[in-house]
Amino acid sequence: MPHRIEVGMKTGLHDPAGDATRQRLAEDLGIRVDDVHVLDVYTINARLDDEELERVRAELFTDPIIHDSTANASLATGYDYVIEVGFRPGVTDNVGKSAAEGVADTLGRSLAPGEAVYKSTLYAIKGDVSAQDCERIARDALANELIERWVVKSRDDMKALDGKSLLDLPLVTQQSRPEVHRVDLEIPDDQLVQLSRDKMFALELHEMKAIQAYYRDPAVRAARTRAGLSAEPTDIELEILAQTWSEHCKHKIFNALIEYTDETGETRVIDSLFKTYVKAATDDVAQRVDWLVSVFHDNAGLIRFDDDHHFALKCETHNSPSALDPYGGAITGIVGVNRDILGAGMGCRCILNTDVFCFASPWFDGEVPPRLFHPRRVLRGVHRGVKDGGNQSGIPNVNGAIVFHERFLGKPLVFCGTGGIIPCTVTGKPSHEKGARPGDLIVMCGGRIGKDGIHGATFSSEELHEGSPATAVQIGDPITQKKMADFLLEARDLGLYTCITDNGAGGLSSSVGEMARTPGGADIHLEKAPLKYAGLAPWEIFLSEAQERMTVSVPPDKLEAFLALSRRRAVESTVLGEFNPSGKLQCFYNGELIGSLDMAFLHDGVPKMTLQAVWQAPARAPEVVVRDSDVVADLKAVLAMPNVCSKESFVRMYDHEVLAQSVLKQFQGPLHDGPGDAGVIRPVPGSDRGIAISCGICPKYSELDTYWMMACAADEAVRNLIAAGAELGLIAGLDNFCWPDPVQSEKTPDGAYKLAQLVRCCEALYDACTAYDIPLISGKDSMKNDYKIGEHKISIPPTVLFTAAAIIRDVTRVVSMDVKKPGDAVYVLGETRNELGGSEYLAMKGQRGGQVPTVDFERARKLYGALSSAIRSGLVASCHDCSDGGLGAALAESAFGGSLGLHVDLAGLGLDSNTAALFSESQSRFVATVEPAQTAAFESLFTGLPVRRIGEVRADGMFRVTGRDGLDASVPVDELRTAWKSPMQW
Amino acid sequence: MTEGQPRGRRKVQTVSVRAIVLTGFGINCDNETQSALKRAGAAAERIHLNDIIDDVSRLDAYHIFAVPGGFSFGDDIASGKILANRLRYKLGDALRKWIDDGKLMIAICNGFQVLVKMGILPLFDGEFARVTTLTHNDSGRFENRWVHLKTDPATRCVWLKGVEGLPLPVRHGEGKFVPQDDAVLRRLQADGQVVLRYVKPDGSPAAGVFPWNPNGAIDDIAGVCDPEGRILGLMPHPEAFVDRTNHPTWTRSALPDEGAGLQLFRNAVEYARTNLV
Repeated sequence: MPHRIEVGMKTGLHDPAGDATRQRLAEDLGIRVDDVHVLDVYTINARLDDEELERVRAELFTDPIIHDSTANASLATGYDYVIEVGFRPGVTDNVGKSAAEGVADTLGRSLAPGEAVYKSTLYAIKGDVSAQDCERIARDALANELIERWVVKSRDDMKALDGKSLLDLPLVTQQSRPEVHRVDLEIPDDQLVQLSRDKMFALELHEMKAIQAYYRDPAVRAARTRAGLSAEPTDIELEILAQTWSEHCKHKIFNALIEYTDETGETRVIDSLFKTYVKAATDDVAQRVDWLVSVFHDNAGLIRFDDDHHFALKCETHNSPSALDPYGGAITGIVGVNRDILGAGMGCRCILNTDVFCFASPWFDGEVPPRLFHPRRVLRGVHRGVKDGGNQSGIPNVNGAIVFHERFLGKPLVFCGTGGIIPCTVTGKPSHEKGARPGDLIVMCGGRIGKDGIHGATFSSEELHEGSPATAVQIGDPITQKKMADFLLEARDLGLYTCITDNGAGGLSSSVGEMARTPGGADIHLEKAPLKYAGLAPWEIFLSEAQERMTVSVPPDKLEAFLALSRRRAVESTVLGEFNPSGKLQCFYNGELIGSLDMAFLHDGVPKMTLQAVWQAPARAPEVVVRDSDVVADLKAVLAMPNVCSKESFVRMYDHEVLAQSVLKQFQGPLHDGPGDAGVIRPVPGSDRGIAISCGICPKYSELDTYWMMACAADEAVRNLIAAGAELGLIAGLDNFCWPDPVQSEKTPDGAYKLAQLVRCCEALYDACTAYDIPLISGKDSMKNDYKIGEHKISIPPTVLFTAAAIIRDVTRVVSMDVKKPGDAVYVLGETRNELGGSEYLAMKGQRGGQVPTVDFERARKLYGALSSAIRSGLVASCHDCSDGGLGAALAESAFGGSLGLHVDLAGLGLDSNTAALFSESQSRFVATVEPAQTAAFESLFTGLPVRRIGEVRADGMFRVTGRDGLDASVPVDELRTAWKSPMQW
Repeated sequence: MTEGQPRGRRKVQTVSVRAIVLTGFGINCDNETQSALKRAGAAAERIHLNDIIDDVSRLDAYHIFAVPGGFSFGDDIASGKILANRLRYKLGDALRKWIDDGKLMIAICNGFQVLVKMGILPLFDGEFARVTTLTHNDSGRFENRWVHLKTDPATRCVWLKGVEGLPLPVRHGEGKFVPQDDAVLRRLQADGQVVLRYVKPDGSPAAGVFPWNPNGAIDDIAGVCDPEGRILGLMPHPEAFVDRTNHPTWTRSALPDEGAGLQLFRNAVEYARTNLV
């Protein structure tokens, strides 16, 4: 019989977990209870004698200072109901896994095969609630039924149970024999489409027909007969093709032929958006910068950081999984992109994370459609996942944003970025070059394979629908990954492998399939793969996206050393097969060939799509009439807008200083609460060279014009870097596209317009990057961000996250955003125009329309050059980017960031309305302060550029603004701080 | 070369003081702890726990043992607990000998949690015993923020010699120091084992008030040492303040180039050079 240990805080001690739960029930569900007591429950499914059980209870699970605990007896008292929540069978149970190690240490013996520890949580609730209330509490707040189970018991029920387990053991009891099936493709077209849908292939008819044609090819047939394979494809072959050809992996839309009709009715053909805009921009800029090392083809882009190190950067989205399980989706998102960095070049060490989230308002009060969660719950779960993933991996979070828009209700966007560093040479060879060689062994390291994450690649290539599979969700295990990463970096420096890549979307199918391109083929033996539990079909083993795994190619003469080191580092590594020059990817199971695909067909056989895009210029936006009203009230209201207000309570929960390299943190100024523009780190101890990271994201402009949405996002990222002290010419970019389905079809009748929006966006990306000399070193697209169940369809606003990274030549010259001294002059750099379209001000007033902000790249380029010189020369005391909330927000943030007053006059900005002057979100602007003694030198750098001195920093703690029509308004800076900080106290 | 090595700014004065920095199983502040010890003049090596367990005699060659911060075993069950358990069962005797030999230890954040949970601190009467703990912050959340610390002026802690007070970052979810009872607290206080307390920016007691006391620690306790003053455990991160640019307001205040946290490591290296080498 399994043993059950319950652990809780001693009576009378503060129970923070209980209090937090009680508060969450009130905030999120409106259910008020008197008390919640949270107990940790460990179910030990192992043979223990009484003495052993008592030893693990007392020594391992119980902290005698603060805990009460019981073994095989109920601990909770004085409650009305208990809810116990535990994982479903097969779901990653990190605590249980660690606890099993602790039990083994305590007993001095390993646990027997099949013995395990399972973690669950018991919530003892006191208050006037019913069993139905408790069911709702469990379903809507405490558990996610996709991955967890729960039971609700009353006090009387519990007495009857007498300390026995409430939940069954989460054992995977599947007894099905692993089999290989043949699939008949000689079926009518409509059945091919149905097959693709039923099997989650996410392939279009013309793609299914390309596969059908491959199997009809006499040469293929003959080869199959010779190899002893059926004429029909096997399930594993189709699964491999579907994964390799998925939108997620092949970026078919970005590589399609697009017939684009612009607003004049003229049509031209674009052969691949990727080649025409993204790669072309980088190729152009590459002629003017000399620090690109490896772009586009590896797991992450690599640039030269200094004479001895390269810097790698990558950003990924994990939107669909985060919609279904916010915590699991987000934590796998962040540890997943960490593996991209670990798999870049010969393996980089992760040194920074970024995170950008897009949600609907946490105060959304409409009805939440089926299968979706309330945005507040999504926010909580995603944030917790990213927090745990980053903190437990020891990678500092240095920059991010949370963006709100009503249409992210349909799918949240979760962007996770990671930067890494690697010596330029590893064991005497260039570290950015790698490749498996024929004869090298295929070795999988890290976690084991389960049914978790099967069909992730194809699932994210579809809209979220009724049949979206639960198995697409996984939970990350940062510690297993941390151990693996530490081990692999050691192995790297010992030269024990020739190539490395991560197991992400598509699992082994993707990693082995990709690595096999260099040697020309691979044989893999799937029965050798270590499994979490029995019962996986061979195709499931190959396709599983179970986390924390890397694939490396190990030369035979290094294998022993590699495996020995792996054992010493407590990392599981398994030889699964061998790379060869056969031209085929061949899968075996128990010695039998069960799948064979030509490498050429696998990688290059996917037919190119031809798509239609038709641009209609947005109807001229209605004029907005703004009447100057109460400036102070408006400013406070804008500062409190979700997109403007402080996110400090979320950011503080991220470790942003581990690795001890931080130079500019997220929050700045004497009270550490002014919002910084860019994160700056100094990654090599003893060197003054640094890296600055920022982001730009403006989905609010998409409905006005995606060209300007993209232009503004790129400009925002760049000016965030410039504000901190970066310079053009040393900035690299990453583009992450998240689009609603842009393929015209019955379910997407406006696909041609959405695709045209994408074309416009790519044009802006090209224009921005070439104007600012920013090579795009890596990027990603996620093209099916729609929700559709029944007639209910929600498409996200087209969104691009532009992440920018700058090499900082001397970190001791960077500038923070907080104003520094009374008497310093206040400048606005850049031109303020009446561009209130999409602004926070209009959103606050509930108005739409207005002019979308535009960017004059050439003028901005000159301004940025001058500002960089001024900062480098030490002339700038503070500098802050002007974005959401306009000049008003930027001035207020600079003032309370520095805990000083600010007096400014708007009249000189030349606008006919004070409101437009304060709240227009014109791009390419900054607020800078300069010591009086430096103003002449400062101004001389900006000759001919739109720079205006508008006031000064004061010691009086007042924010005073004067302007046209006799405006003279004042408010204590502390009140503005409060308005900005109070909305999202989480 | 290995990435992250200091590039020839400060010559290591001597290699005779040797420091071991524990790594593995989710420890994650090992690189910067090693870096700080190197800058302080020690020959510091990161060594995996399994390599020590396999050959405990290798400890004989070292003088300073650092248990860095991190998330050993994911903080599962409780922070530091599973690593504490493993050290107790696999390295208990070796660490006993280390202490008896009068060598130095520093345990930072997760490392502090480990030493407390295996009973090395506070080491009353030289015995390993669990009489204090570090538990969930009163706020119920992990937080990264800078705090002000004041050193007990009468301290005999080797690590804190000449350090009156300093600002450092805390980055933890389970940093609330709790003694078993009043007797334990009084004994810690009376014997000068409470060496670091959270204070307000003006140096006055934080008196349990957030955010000056970031976790609700009893008596504002941020760090304790053993009765001899050679083993220091603390929640804040001295290895994360070694350059002035680490400080959150360095852009608005004149600070020395070297961060205040480095002095702790310098003190240890100096003591080891004088007494242990």
